Amino acid sequence: MSPAALEAFVAELTATGNPSSLHAAGRSARRVVEESREAVAAALGARPSEVIFTAGGTESDNLAIKGLFWGRRTTEPRRRRILVSAVEHHAVLDPAFWMAEHTGAEIVLLPVDEEGRLDLDALRAELAAKGDEVALISVMWANNEVGTIQPVQEVVQIARPYGIPVHSDAVQAVGQVPVDFAASGLDALTLTGHKLGGPMGVGALVAKRGLPLTPVLHGGGQERGVRSGTLDTPAIRAFAVAVTEAVAARAARAEHLAALRDDLVRGVRAAVPDAVLRGPDPSTEASARLPGNAHFTFPGCEGDSLLYLLDSAGVQTSTGSACQAGVPQPSHVLLAMGVSEEDARGALRFSLGATSTSTDVERLRAALPQAVARAQAAGLASSGRPAGTARESTTTTTGRRPA
Amino acid sequence: MRVLAAMSGGVDSAVAAALAVEAGHEVVGVHMALSRNREQFRAGSRGCCSIEDAGDARRAADVLGIPYYVWDLSERFEDTVVADFLSEYEAGRTPNPCVRCNEHIKFEALLDKATALGFDAVATGHYAQVVTRQVTQTGPDGAPVTRTVRELHRSPNEAKDQSYVLAVMGQERLARSIFPLGGFTSKDEVRAEAERRGLSVSNKPDSYDICFVSDGDTQGFLKARLGARTGEIVDTSGEVLGEHEGAYAFTVGQRKGLSLGRPAADGRPRYVLEVEPVSNRVVVGPAELLTVDRIEGDRSVWLADDVLADAGWAPDATGPRAASGWFEASVQVRAHGAPVPARVRAVVGPADGEGEPADATGSRAQGSRMEVELTGETLRGVAAGQSLVVYQGTRVIGQSTVQRAYRARRAPGAAR
Repeated sequence: MSPAALEAFVAELTATGNPSSLHAAGRSARRVVEESREAVAAALGARPSEVIFTAGGTESDNLAIKGLFWGRRTTEPRRRRILVSAVEHHAVLDPAFWMAEHTGAEIVLLPVDEEGRLDLDALRAELAAKGDEVALISVMWANNEVGTIQPVQEVVQIARPYGIPVHSDAVQAVGQVPVDFAASGLDALTLTGHKLGGPMGVGALVAKRGLPLTPVLHGGGQERGVRSGTLDTPAIRAFAVAVTEAVAARAARAEHLAALRDDLVRGVRAAVPDAVLRGPDPSTEASARLPGNAHFTFPGCEGDSLLYLLDSAGVQTSTGSACQAGVPQPSHVLLAMGVSEEDARGALRFSLGATSTSTDVERLRAALPQAVARAQAAGLASSGRPAGTARESTTTTTGRRPA
Repeated sequence: MRVLAAMSGGVDSAVAAALAVEAGHEVVGVHMALSRNREQFRAGSRGCCSIEDAGDARRAADVLGIPYYVWDLSERFEDTVVADFLSEYEAGRTPNPCVRCNEHIKFEALLDKATALGFDAVATGHYAQVVTRQVTQTGPDGAPVTRTVRELHRSPNEAKDQSYVLAVMGQERLARSIFPLGGFTSKDEVRAEAERRGLSVSNKPDSYDICFVSDGDTQGFLKARLGARTGEIVDTSGEVLGEHEGAYAFTVGQRKGLSLGRPAADGRPRYVLEVEPVSNRVVVGPAELLTVDRIEGDRSVWLADDVLADAGWAPDATGPRAASGWFEASVQVRAHGAPVPARVRAVVGPADGEGEPADATGSRAQGSRMEVELTGETLRGVAAGQSLVVYQGTRVIGQSTVQRAYRARRAPGAAR
């Protein structure tokens, strides 16, 4: 947590009021919540009444997908199709597939190109064919694994004539790239605290007034009846401080991160010439990618071997998103980009943050060649295949449910 | 040393990892994901591949303060252990998947990957001991040469001893393996150690079943994977007594589940004597026909060069029936069976025109076959495919896969 967010968090923990109570302490808490709502709205180009506080990104995404689907179905029962990009976070994909399994929704996974960018022509074709059956569209602002920034405004423009609400998971984007809710034309947008220097377990769904949003959590009717539950005043205040801070510092921080990231990309390419950058190349399309993100696949390596070896060398990285049992699985994002399962196993994502330095990048560059050599040897050892043979690789189509 | 602790999520491997940490090693915990069905979730704890077990392993690693990874070896597991399990049953044999898992997964895929990543050894929660001896011999130039010999021994905890399923790992891999529970004499002692360290798996029940047969129904698993194949159940004279849905589901020595309509003429129980995969027939007969005193094995692994050398074994022996001399030992054919006295010898090359040719490399080279003569008690119901382990006292001498078991001596009382 950022020092300012932490200070706000701790200060609020000593207050006792429930913002829904009418006594003095309650009114005081209510004021904190509403000021926080105004601060979040101001930072995102939204109106305060559009901000619904939640317990984080997953809840906001669930509310958007389920709430919009149910909300639309009440008035227009034929709208059963949910369009989502194939590279969405599981917090979007899984509720969408859950709706398909339990409530008769139909899922359409929109394809992406090899850099992970949404195929707008596929969206146009889908809407031209069955636009009046679509309940909602959800396309993330920026991808969490490969950092690709999606053409969200174009999606909104394409969807508008059909009267289809568009949601965007902007968890990775806020504080990294400019996010203006009103200017985007979006109907709903997800953000979360812990990606911005705020606490874990708090976030928001920014949703236009009048949007047909059926609640997921029922109870005391808080947050305009859409999200019941006692408001977490300390978390909300700290969240608002963090959002304000992250958005204010965004431009300078992004410049620093992008420069560092560009060094990292050059360094990795120099150290391991056959490493493949996934997602847009920042040296040619600087604005197409999150500034602090780099992502490579290392042929013949397993990502978790590299992760271990780099961790031992003091470099912390990530292979993607871990599943329930912690079993590394080929990323559905890479598979949707047309990467083979074999290549996807060697994925490593490098995330740079406010505390990252050029020393970190240098340490990575120094440790990488030996780590890759060892990981390749380990990959052969555990596969039981003789050196130089490749497993038959498969490319999946976008219609398949991501693992 | 840099030690990789294989953590199944059970109490044994958790305590083994703890002891490795306390011995001063730099330890990393690894849980092997072996199930193809990654969403598999089983109630309770029975085996090594459920999500719950992965969580227990992670929790133990957290308590010990060591890094923790999950390695997905499910493809290799399916290709080796499960495939072997199916093809062995299909061939009318009785495999031991735990032996094959140790051979192909724990002490090959896992150990080799660990070695490639820079680990010096793998620690597991097996109950067995590695005893190290220094042996001084005269070198080729006449000067004394001292080398370290590693012996695999039974655990002092006889009920838990796992040397039987470990023997297949061979000699070379002993140098890269650590069994921290080797000296424990009781499971209660291990549970107490777990409790003392705050490891929440201390009360977890033991696992007994085959981990990839989640409901414990091996016959059902075989039927689902191999399909039903109706065939005849016959007696030794060839008379048809009944039908079955797949000869592969029967094991030599089996008595239950034959579903024969009528009793034998002499009214005595009948047992499976033979499983004939080609004709898909199951031969049944009286118990005494199950008694054997000769066993031949293939795919042999030796862990005692010195014993073979004393038996006159020349490592470069060739020829169709080159063999070591006979040596005295005891043999065990089941994980929890008792050892019986025997004479054993290593043999190179095919026996009776069958079997695999001798291999020129690795520990399996020194006599890919093994011949065993039981010198005391006989054994009953020894099926092809079972693992046979040779001991001298507590020391493991070698391991082989039973290819053929038969009776050479006459029944007691008969004249020789």
